[in-house]
Amino acid sequence: MPGITREEVAHLARLARLELKDEELEHFAGQLDDIIGAVAAVSDVADEDVPPTSHPLPLTNVMREDVVRPSLTPQQALSGAPAHEQQRFMVPQILGEES
Amino acid sequence: MTDLTRLSAAALAEKIAAGEVTAVEATEAHLARIEAVDEKVHAFLHLDREGALAKAREVDAKREAGERLGPLAGVPLALKDIFTTEGIPTTVGSKILEGWVPPYDATVTRKLKEADVVVLGKTNMDEFAMGSSTENSAFGPTGNPWDLTRIPGGSGGGSSAALAAFEAPLALGTDTGGSIRQPAAVTGTVGVKPTYGGVSRYGMVAFSSSLDQGGPCARTVLDAALLHSVIAGHDERDSTSIDAPVPDVVAAARNGEVRGLRVGVVQEFSGEGYQAGVMQRFGESVELLRELGAEVVELSCPSFTKALAAYYLIAPSECSSNLARFDAMRYGLRVGDDGTHSAEEVTALTREAGFGDEVKRRVMLGTYALSSGYYDAYYGSAQKVRTLITRDFERAFAQVDVIVSPTTPTTAFPLGERADDPMAMYLADVCTLPVNLAGNAAMSLPCGLAPEDGLPVGLQIIAPAMADDRLYRVGAAVEAAFEARWGHQLLDEAPSL
Amino acid sequence: MTVTELVSYEDALASYEPVMGLEVHVELGTATKMFCGCSTGLGADANSQTCPTCLGLPGALPVVNAEGVRSAVRIGLALHCEIAEWCRFARKNYFYPDMPKNFQTSQYDEPIAFDGYLDVQLEDGEVFRVEIERAHMEEDTGKSTHIGGATGRIHGASHSLLDYNRAGIPLIEIVTKPIVGAGERAPEVAKAYVAELRELIKALGVSEARMEMGQMRCDVNLSLRQHGAEKFGTRSETKNVNSLRSVERAARFEIQRHAAVLDAGGTIIQETRHFHEDDGSTTSGRVKEEAEDYRYFPEPDLVPVAPPREWVEELRGTLPELPRERRNRLREEWGISEHEMESVLNAGAVDPIVATAEAGAPSDQARKWWMGELARRANEDGVALEALPITPEQVARVCALVAEGSLNDKLARQAIEGVLAGEGAPDEVVEKRGLKVVSDEGALGTAVDEAIAGNPDVAEKIKGGKVAAAGALVGAVMKATRGQADAARVRELILEKLGVEG
Ligand SMILES: [Mg+2]
Ligand SMILES: [Zn+2]
Repeated sequence: MPGITREEVAHLARLARLELKDEELEHFAGQLDDIIGAVAAVSDVADEDVPPTSHPLPLTNVMREDVVRPSLTPQQALSGAPAHEQQRFMVPQILGEES
Repeated sequence: MTDLTRLSAAALAEKIAAGEVTAVEATEAHLARIEAVDEKVHAFLHLDREGALAKAREVDAKREAGERLGPLAGVPLALKDIFTTEGIPTTVGSKILEGWVPPYDATVTRKLKEADVVVLGKTNMDEFAMGSSTENSAFGPTGNPWDLTRIPGGSGGGSSAALAAFEAPLALGTDTGGSIRQPAAVTGTVGVKPTYGGVSRYGMVAFSSSLDQGGPCARTVLDAALLHSVIAGHDERDSTSIDAPVPDVVAAARNGEVRGLRVGVVQEFSGEGYQAGVMQRFGESVELLRELGAEVVELSCPSFTKALAAYYLIAPSECSSNLARFDAMRYGLRVGDDGTHSAEEVTALTREAGFGDEVKRRVMLGTYALSSGYYDAYYGSAQKVRTLITRDFERAFAQVDVIVSPTTPTTAFPLGERADDPMAMYLADVCTLPVNLAGNAAMSLPCGLAPEDGLPVGLQIIAPAMADDRLYRVGAAVEAAFEARWGHQLLDEAPSL
Repeated sequence: MTVTELVSYEDALASYEPVMGLEVHVELGTATKMFCGCSTGLGADANSQTCPTCLGLPGALPVVNAEGVRSAVRIGLALHCEIAEWCRFARKNYFYPDMPKNFQTSQYDEPIAFDGYLDVQLEDGEVFRVEIERAHMEEDTGKSTHIGGATGRIHGASHSLLDYNRAGIPLIEIVTKPIVGAGERAPEVAKAYVAELRELIKALGVSEARMEMGQMRCDVNLSLRQHGAEKFGTRSETKNVNSLRSVERAARFEIQRHAAVLDAGGTIIQETRHFHEDDGSTTSGRVKEEAEDYRYFPEPDLVPVAPPREWVEELRGTLPELPRERRNRLREEWGISEHEMESVLNAGAVDPIVATAEAGAPSDQARKWWMGELARRANEDGVALEALPITPEQVARVCALVAEGSLNDKLARQAIEGVLAGEGAPDEVVEKRGLKVVSDEGALGTAVDEAIAGNPDVAEKIKGGKVAAAGALVGAVMKATRGQADAARVRELILEKLGVEG
């Protein structure tokens, strides 16, 4: 596996919404490179014909009936909000899809 | 008068039920102990003095009214700060949730309340349960009561330290790769990771959903069993919860027995990196099991050598997604909302300021492992390794009833020693994490002190999924035999604080 | 922004073949959300239908709504899809403030339904088969209101307010395979497909599928390729096209725009575009610096869905007749032309007519009322036919009164007016307004005698063979009976009394 570069770390940080500082980019690039080097051992089995396990229990079809349960009150829902207005969560401007 | 903080939960509950001690007295004794030692230990992030005393008064009133009390009614408990508690802060050891007061109780919290357990407060932990030393807490590390300059294990170091420091006879932890068992091992206490799905995850702040499991922490095997039976059971709010009766762990703990039992020793749980004193105590434990009438079988589980690698892909992948919700929009910290930054930027600034290094590392690692082009090589392969590990366990359990191993390769290491060496830190969980990948049940209990440093060593017992009772049957037998040999509990050898 | 000079539609089609892909999101009409027990009811106070799960609070977990799965399977079956024996939910990871967990719980490579088709009929009767790639389950997002910018748009807003009542409402996303071979009729096919799908969803009873309320939303993917070319061109994705007419216009616009870009030697960028209702154009969405990487992986908080085969067959048994087949059957039963059927459809009169006929009225009578008097009223009031305050049973009763001769056409119209005015059921209106046809031969005879006596000159004309003059006497009788006589019978009586052959 190729090593992980500073640019890749910057890309990952953008995807993960982490505003990393320059020195962090350097620091994490080294560490992530070490870790990825170590965990790359799993790829030995990439071509093996083994089913993946996404879940430790062999459960299926766990569902609930379509019956309304009490919601939180709006006050409870908003209780942790950094800011709210008109019973809605107030957030900074969204850079959206709309043009 | 007896020091109430030295009693087991079972003994304390009996005294409360018999009216020899009130729940308020028991609670006050533990609050006083916390007052006296927690400045040094730093097991607690938040104390709920008023709530605890109110619950204790309620228990006493019930008893006076002649109501039948539950088996742990009035017993104080230290709750890992990962379980939501309505009206009481829940931080998960992170700045990003500092001051957050949940509007709802975790299922486990609700069950504790219903069982009349007295919750003293919330305990320290590695941020979002990521770590093996509790040094990743945003609110400072916890000390190991055996040696305050050493780690209490992690992520649930606060819970285990609270037990070892006699601040509470019961505690709750969560175990994603060993976060209940490894702290138990290094603090000389008992910790159990139940079968995946045995204890509801509803209201347990998620680190890695397919690996996380809440479980009991205590100073004795019986106490752990009593707590296990209070918190376990099906929950319709958790789709991954097992809809089947909980094995009778309390009966098993009361009937310790290993005669005729087949015990597996897996060769992959040894070798480089294992401390000599740890292997010595482990060897003596195997010998003890033989003396008690168990048959010891040597086994090989070759895929366990890839468990650490698989774990450090699956857990970060799931956490990168689970932690995405901490975005400064609905709750928790918000940084940079000064009118010049967009929501996107505020999210990134907040996560940068609110998450510690280990969380950032794992979030980025998981983002990498899931990203297009890498998924098959990393996440996909890790899930195949998971299948191989499960098969190794299945083959093993076709031959033996339980597997035993050291819980950790070493005793408690000094605070700071591995703080900036993630790979070295990850090795602390090398014996515990195969169990999480397969979803089995496992326990750690004390098996002596390592001769070279005088620190506790943990014995891990692993049972197949849904056979949690075996842990308690074997654990109780081993505990009784060791205590008979030592003439006391291992914790009695801990220095007084 | 550069304004693209469009190529004429005909010229575009002369050089290129359009290839379309349609993605339709349908909000299910379940009582609760997809993964929690919060109500989906409309019009509730902001954030009053939220819980730890749909707010994405730390620690909260999802549990699948069985009715959501049931609806998904029924939609899949109605679209002739295969139903997965085993499938999982997946997390689609991306950050957006209206999405509380910052991942959407959706399905990725294991949709619950796949490989189906929907036959759609164009206005001239031609049937076009649209192949369905998949139908999968997912959840809706919350709603944001943008404050401080012009007219509530994101651009220029200082902040936004979020209401999560809609977050977590079940969605079914239905994706077509590339639609090729429609040629110049591609926009028409797109519209007909969405219209047919909407009818189907309504017939299944899984959603009201009201596009104007966002219960059904369509993304139009479109690309062009040179005639005879194998390879598809690069596509554009026009998001949230929310009316049937807009679907057609958006496809048409994109065909013309792509052709213009390609003709000028340019390349199409794969991008999302926004449709503008006012002028029918599309404009480019925000260009992202990096390609989206959703990092899909199986949702670890949910277990797989494995619909048992017997259950799937049981659900197959609950499917209604497909709307297109039903329409064709009714058209034949009613004996009307494609064109007339089209009018009935456009008026939204199919179901009322069927219900009226089921209540006992002859279908032509039912059609006459619903497409005539009632359609006129609905139109005047600006409401749907079904929203008029009259039931199909009441219309059928009026028809019955006409058939037994108790009412004539004019009286029937008054009876219906009365019902619409809230005066009660048809019989009550007839009673209160005194609308009965005068059928008492004695009373009628007297009225006829009086009319003959009062108009001797007219009577003479009739006797002299001018039968057409009888109309004047009929009019006099009708006037005398205040319209409550059967005009045909009156005429008969007049001719009889004057001894003239009718
Ligand atoms: Mg979608
Ligand atoms: Zn909800």
